[in-house]
Amino acid sequence: MSQIPENLKYTKQHEWVRLEGDGSMTVGITDHAQEQLGDLVFVELPQVGAKLTSGKDCAVVESVKAASDVYAPIGGEVVAANNKLADAPETINQDPYGEGWMFRVKPDAAKLDQLLDATAYKALLESEAH
Amino acid sequence: MLIFELSQPGRRNSSQAPRDRADVSAIPPQLRRRERPLLPEVSELQAVRHYTRLSQQNFSIDTQFYPLGSCTMKYNPRACNRLAMLPQFLGRHPYAPESTGQGFLACMYELQEILKDVTGMAAVSLTPLAGAQGEFTGVAMIRAYHDSQGDAQRSEILVPDAAHGTNPATATMCGYSVREIPTDADGDVDLAALRSAVGPQTAGLMLTNPSTLGVFERHIAEIAQVVHDVGGLLYYDGANLNAILGKVKPGDMGFDVIHINLHKTYSTPHGGGGPGAGPVGANEKLRPFLPVPIVSKEGEEFRLLTEQSLPQSIGRLSAFMGNAGVLLRAYVYARILGREGMERVAEFSTLNANYMAAQLAKAGFELAYPNRRASHEFIVTLKKLKDKTGVNAMDVAKRLLDKGYHAPTTYFPLLVPECFLIEPTETESKEELDGFIAAMVEIAEEARTQSEKVTGAPHTTPVRRLDDVRAARSLDLVWRAGASAA
Amino acid sequence: MPFIPHTQSDITAMLQAIGVDSIDALFSEIPQALRSAKLQKVAHGCSEMEITRLMRECAERDGHYVNFIGAGAYEHHIPAAVWEIATRGEFYSAYTPYQAEASQGTLQVLYEFQTMLASLTGMDVANASLYDGASALAEAVLMAVRSHKGARRVLLPDNVHPIYRRVTRSIVSNQHIDLIGLPFANDSGHTALATVKTHEGADCAALVIQQPNFFGVLEEVDALTDWAHAQGALVIAVVNPVSLALLKPPGEWGATGADIVVGEGQPLGAPLSSGGPYFGFMCCKQAYVRQMPGRIVGRTVDVEGKPGFTLTLQAREQHIRRSKATSNICTNQGLLATAATLHMALLGPDGLERVAAQCHANAHALVDKLTAVAGVERVFDRPVFHEALLRLKLPATDVLRGLEAQGILGGYNVTQHYPQLGETILVCATETRTAEEIDNYALHMQRIISRRRLDPPRAVKAAPKS
Repeated sequence: MSQIPENLKYTKQHEWVRLEGDGSMTVGITDHAQEQLGDLVFVELPQVGAKLTSGKDCAVVESVKAASDVYAPIGGEVVAANNKLADAPETINQDPYGEGWMFRVKPDAAKLDQLLDATAYKALLESEAH
Repeated sequence: MLIFELSQPGRRNSSQAPRDRADVSAIPPQLRRRERPLLPEVSELQAVRHYTRLSQQNFSIDTQFYPLGSCTMKYNPRACNRLAMLPQFLGRHPYAPESTGQGFLACMYELQEILKDVTGMAAVSLTPLAGAQGEFTGVAMIRAYHDSQGDAQRSEILVPDAAHGTNPATATMCGYSVREIPTDADGDVDLAALRSAVGPQTAGLMLTNPSTLGVFERHIAEIAQVVHDVGGLLYYDGANLNAILGKVKPGDMGFDVIHINLHKTYSTPHGGGGPGAGPVGANEKLRPFLPVPIVSKEGEEFRLLTEQSLPQSIGRLSAFMGNAGVLLRAYVYARILGREGMERVAEFSTLNANYMAAQLAKAGFELAYPNRRASHEFIVTLKKLKDKTGVNAMDVAKRLLDKGYHAPTTYFPLLVPECFLIEPTETESKEELDGFIAAMVEIAEEARTQSEKVTGAPHTTPVRRLDDVRAARSLDLVWRAGASAA
Repeated sequence: MPFIPHTQSDITAMLQAIGVDSIDALFSEIPQALRSAKLQKVAHGCSEMEITRLMRECAERDGHYVNFIGAGAYEHHIPAAVWEIATRGEFYSAYTPYQAEASQGTLQVLYEFQTMLASLTGMDVANASLYDGASALAEAVLMAVRSHKGARRVLLPDNVHPIYRRVTRSIVSNQHIDLIGLPFANDSGHTALATVKTHEGADCAALVIQQPNFFGVLEEVDALTDWAHAQGALVIAVVNPVSLALLKPPGEWGATGADIVVGEGQPLGAPLSSGGPYFGFMCCKQAYVRQMPGRIVGRTVDVEGKPGFTLTLQAREQHIRRSKATSNICTNQGLLATAATLHMALLGPDGLERVAAQCHANAHALVDKLTAVAGVERVFDRPVFHEALLRLKLPATDVLRGLEAQGILGGYNVTQHYPQLGETILVCATETRTAEEIDNYALHMQRIISRRRLDPPRAVKAAPKS
């Protein structure tokens, strides 16, 4: 079973979201998502300053056998992007919740209640496995 | 060793290029090339030996059983190649007047007539250069039809979830959004889901029949009805026409527009990835939209119809008239087979597939659709083998190479886990099929007793398993002097 | 049974193993109502001997002509070894190298092909071929629009091959892309900088430059490229690969080079063959490689560290990304890319340069001889590579028909595409044309034109043949 930290929020498309002290939110893909994709070979991130719409695709992760869009879990402005991933996409495989973070958003409105908590995300993974 | 590594400055084949170096002073210096391109400087023998040796590193139909599902890797008769390469055919310029190509055009006209009969369509255009371009043509014609009716609200193409990736990619290229239709447990399109998906936004449905799941879509008549009732059109992807050649015509199934892969059903060579040819057929409704040129016969004279005579045509898809040399090969093949031969193609490709499916099932392999008749291909799922031994479908595929068989299509269709899509074709003998079945049984046994032999395969090919991740992470797409992969 | 090996006892044993009593029973899932029509128009089968006779008759009916037509497809000498090797069964009857370990031959050839094309065009990377030059231009337009991520208009000059422009329109029109034509200079046939400047500030994704252009005329590629880049637009180069042995490669155009290069690969080893199979090629700067359509081969290593080749960047392609793929292309023109690789290896840099130079010289000789005939003149005054546009005082259709009767294909009738230029033909002489053939053409041109001049004016002008 893949790791699902208790302190994060999740989406049905397997992104995670962490609320930071300054009100911004950090986004990445879950351990389960990176396992499903396999060794990542390419990551495309949104540009800093870009406006994201909740639920719209805003980034891409690619492995040899699959390509997957990353959807914005919340609407807002991108304030940081983890550009180290361009040269080392495998960081997401190695540390999806830490060094493998993808981008940080300053949300338009903090609507975290639409996101899943760890228990709900775990239940989602279990239901998908059947 | 790359050809560039054999190169020596100043070595050349003097008999193959003009003797003199002509004057080029009329070309202004600022438009001239300064440095020579990196082309090898090798002797004819060096080149011939290098590429002959490389050829020997390939599996091919001429050397191995090649049961690549959905690709119809049947024998490519040598007569087709030789007769398409007669000097007059090779030497004819595409813009040479029709009067100087009556022999060639006669063959093309007859090929159109044959394909009309085989598909039950009113007219055929031979121009699309491959299956995917045929698909593009078909969907572009659907769009052109709706536009001609002033019907601009249709925005969606329906595609079964089992479809080949070119179907959704094509719909996007034609400016449509794609809606996937699920498949039911027996491999047919989920009719209830289709009914709830169609509406005034439906431009059309793209369907392969028999499907990529290796079964004939039994509800095709109802599907056609459902789509037509909302004003949508039906596109037939001819990828699997081999299975039903001379048995049932797409036109009779209710399709409005179709394409045929001549490099599958009509046995033109796959060439290491092309050239193909993807002629498109249309019923009366869609006929005016076919791409040009089309060969017509006026009296005893053959002519090319262009935009002038077909003003509603979607236009042109290639600079000239399609992959003419491929079309000639297909024509020769069609003439050798004749009508009885074509029916036998369907019969014996289906016999071979069902025989292999039956024998593999008896040997303990799991069929994805055990209650269905196989078409000309069928799916084996190796999920249980993987769960038990850790050996996956890719491992088995690689191990087959060691046993002298090209692997079937793996991990497609995406619906079936750990799958092999196996298409033996009609040109393989029972002995060859039995040999492959025996190899599969051996590999399953190896998976249980010495799995590393399978997971470490292939062992006997020119290279062992390649690092695809490295290939994608640190791209090395062209050679540069001094660079080395290792 | 042609190509079917089954004996009666095989069939019996196989049916028994399946558990049915006839082959027909295997089709039981096809609804009976659909299994109606038999093949009616298809003739009965032929033996190999019969079809050989038939095809020879067809071929002989077409005969041999001395060809002076170019216009996108060029007659070149192809070394004998090219097709001897390319049609070896191991290349001819293999498919797309999905199983890399069993396809190293095809994969290495394609890697060498990519290297040769990238070097010829002066670009960073190349793909493993597209269908043909015209559809490659359409793919380049789509790629430029994807890469630009903003503008959806592309400047497509009127002196780009008219059929390439039509094909591009057919392929991209459903994706809301504006193709904007640019007039060429009347007396010189090239795209003047002043003309493109009328689009200054008009958010364009790309400028297409064909070098040499459809008329054979050489463009001022440096100035055009720099202008486009200053506008934030990409440059799509459409080039003839043989000309690149002499002409500045697109990678060196202007300050930073073209961004995407496409073209018709036919001059590299593909026979004229009534228009196909040929192959399109596409090269680009490294920055755009992930937007490139089609197959790409990469070099890597195997588990033992031995170098090998594999398809790479497949996540761009339809079989993975489906509706979001860079293109729907699947099968490309692999065998033609193989032949091109052989062709370039056999000619080498020196051979290709000699071919290009001889084409250039022969075209000049042809133009000089033909324009010495009263009533034949050059339309444009700028330098050309190996073809040129000529204006005739008589209807081009009639002149070409007269030449055809003498076994000469005198050129491509361009009147239909550019009626404003008068009666025009595009003539080409490659390295395959001899001095005698060129003289003979000029002689017949002289004869036809002088004889016709004596004819009374025709009351009805013959409709141009399409």
